[in-house]
Amino acid sequence: MANAVHDPDDIWDDARSIINIGPTHPAMHGALRMVAKLNGETIERSYCEFGFTHRAKEKLGENRTYHQFIVYTDRLNYCSSLANNVTYAMAVERLMGLEIPERAIWIRMICAEVARVIDHLICIGINAVDLGAFSYFLYGYHQREEAYTFIEKLCGARLTTSFVRIGGLIYNAPEGWEREVEAWVKRTREVVDEMDRLLTDNKIWRKRTVEVAIFNREDCIKYSFTGPNARAAGLDIDLRRDQPCMFYKELEFDVPTAQNGDVFDRYIVRLEEIRQSLNIILQCLNRIKPGTVWCEDKRVRIPDKDVVYNTMEGLIHHFKFFMTGFDVPEGEAYTQFEAVNGELGFYIVSKGHPRAHRMRIRGPSVYHFQGLSKMVEGEKIADMVAALGSINVIAGEIDR
Amino acid sequence: MDIRKQVLTNYGDWFTRFGDIWKTQLLQLGQRFVTEIELIRTPPVDATDVPIIFVKKNALLSILLFLKEEPGFCYDFLSDITATDEENEPRFEVVYNLFSTTKFNRIRIKTRVKDGEDVQSAVDIWPAANWAEREIFDMFGIKFLGHPDLRRILMDERFQGHPLRKDYPLRGYQIFTEPEPVNAELLDSGARK
Repeated sequence: MANAVHDPDDIWDDARSIINIGPTHPAMHGALRMVAKLNGETIERSYCEFGFTHRAKEKLGENRTYHQFIVYTDRLNYCSSLANNVTYAMAVERLMGLEIPERAIWIRMICAEVARVIDHLICIGINAVDLGAFSYFLYGYHQREEAYTFIEKLCGARLTTSFVRIGGLIYNAPEGWEREVEAWVKRTREVVDEMDRLLTDNKIWRKRTVEVAIFNREDCIKYSFTGPNARAAGLDIDLRRDQPCMFYKELEFDVPTAQNGDVFDRYIVRLEEIRQSLNIILQCLNRIKPGTVWCEDKRVRIPDKDVVYNTMEGLIHHFKFFMTGFDVPEGEAYTQFEAVNGELGFYIVSKGHPRAHRMRIRGPSVYHFQGLSKMVEGEKIADMVAALGSINVIAGEIDR
Repeated sequence: MDIRKQVLTNYGDWFTRFGDIWKTQLLQLGQRFVTEIELIRTPPVDATDVPIIFVKKNALLSILLFLKEEPGFCYDFLSDITATDEENEPRFEVVYNLFSTTKFNRIRIKTRVKDGEDVQSAVDIWPAANWAEREIFDMFGIKFLGHPDLRRILMDERFQGHPLRKDYPLRGYQIFTEPEPVNAELLDSGARK
């Protein structure tokens, strides 16, 4: 591909120029930079740069207690912080061997799926905005805001949730919350159908996306693509189905795949995944039962406030928990979850202290962004914007 | 601690699912690479979630290639490469988390590296290793032999030191206000990616 980028229709063919997009540019999602060498309008060669929002999360993971690190996981993929919270809590619980109550698991699954829906809504919406379809974005964004409203009822925050605690959840879902989610699911379904009718068969949309920025199955394996981007190219892997955690094994859902791996396929896979996630949420809501959301393990259970204020032991427990933290037994594990964009992994090495020895975060976007240069080689510079939007790279997850 | 005993419903049942596959694979691997494998740690004995194979640094690439291409193994997907600073001799461990897209199981390969030593690059096996290895170079200062473009990745080119080494201070701020200029050499058609 590298040598065959001539375009006879391009009057600027054979004129070379180097352009720099980013780090702050509306078409680059977050602070990312791409430098491309163009032949006329066609990208001949390019390289990507990132790290502009590097916050040293892995270093902080070695210097903060396991409890304190929860807030940093919000800021990985900030479009779907709930999914990151859930994965991180699972990783630590697995090292400690904690069994958490059923209700907490169901709520976590609902959270993860809601995160998937709202992240996909913003991904396909922003992708459409980048290609000129602004109103489409607003349909999805409205639903996203509605979702934030009931997420706020759950944990008091909208974007950076920090909802999950190691060994449970900080709050139980309030009275009537399930019904509210159910109503939202029904509305979102209609909105997604409407969005589908609005854009999928649109001629301009098809022209801008079909057979643009193709990344086939072999490339996906080579470049470690996961999640919807890999499934759009026919790499049929979904860790919810293939390495099921929580209660995913008991639920029925399809894993949508496509074959071409172009921008359109990545869009249509995400759209279908929203529908599947909404189904999963409904199934979870049918199965969820009242009960506690805390694992009663003294190591991780944060004492209730009335115990803290009224008993000596409770106060000591409170201070020990927040100042020293709890020891995690020696061991190491790589815990992965099918997060919104693909395999989100936490590789935690513990030496038996309240702080991790190594906290490695494997964000899916890093590998997706790595494939971008290859993906857009030989494409028009304007299609780079479409390609970048379609793989949904999130700067917070790349830079960590 | 024995993690395997504590594999619970909410984290997946893949120990029981893959235990037999791993057993035959490790046996075969032990016979094929008698001298190259230093140590194997398996979940029933050690506190880990998947088998960890410690291999000699020189044999790393051949074992990775074997795991990728041998029919009974098929670890064709590179989940992640990372490193840890062990603060003793040898100082670093480079960690390869592999995944099989057909069998859906995982395995972990580790190799021990002394401070200042090089590791062979896995870019020819998986192009995805490129940025992961650059990140390890950036964060730990481990060099990869045969890497096409070993530069810093998260940090600025002007940054001094390697931040994820345990002796790098937590607040070791180095602030650069000007971005790096465009590196036209990387856009030459002769340059490898």
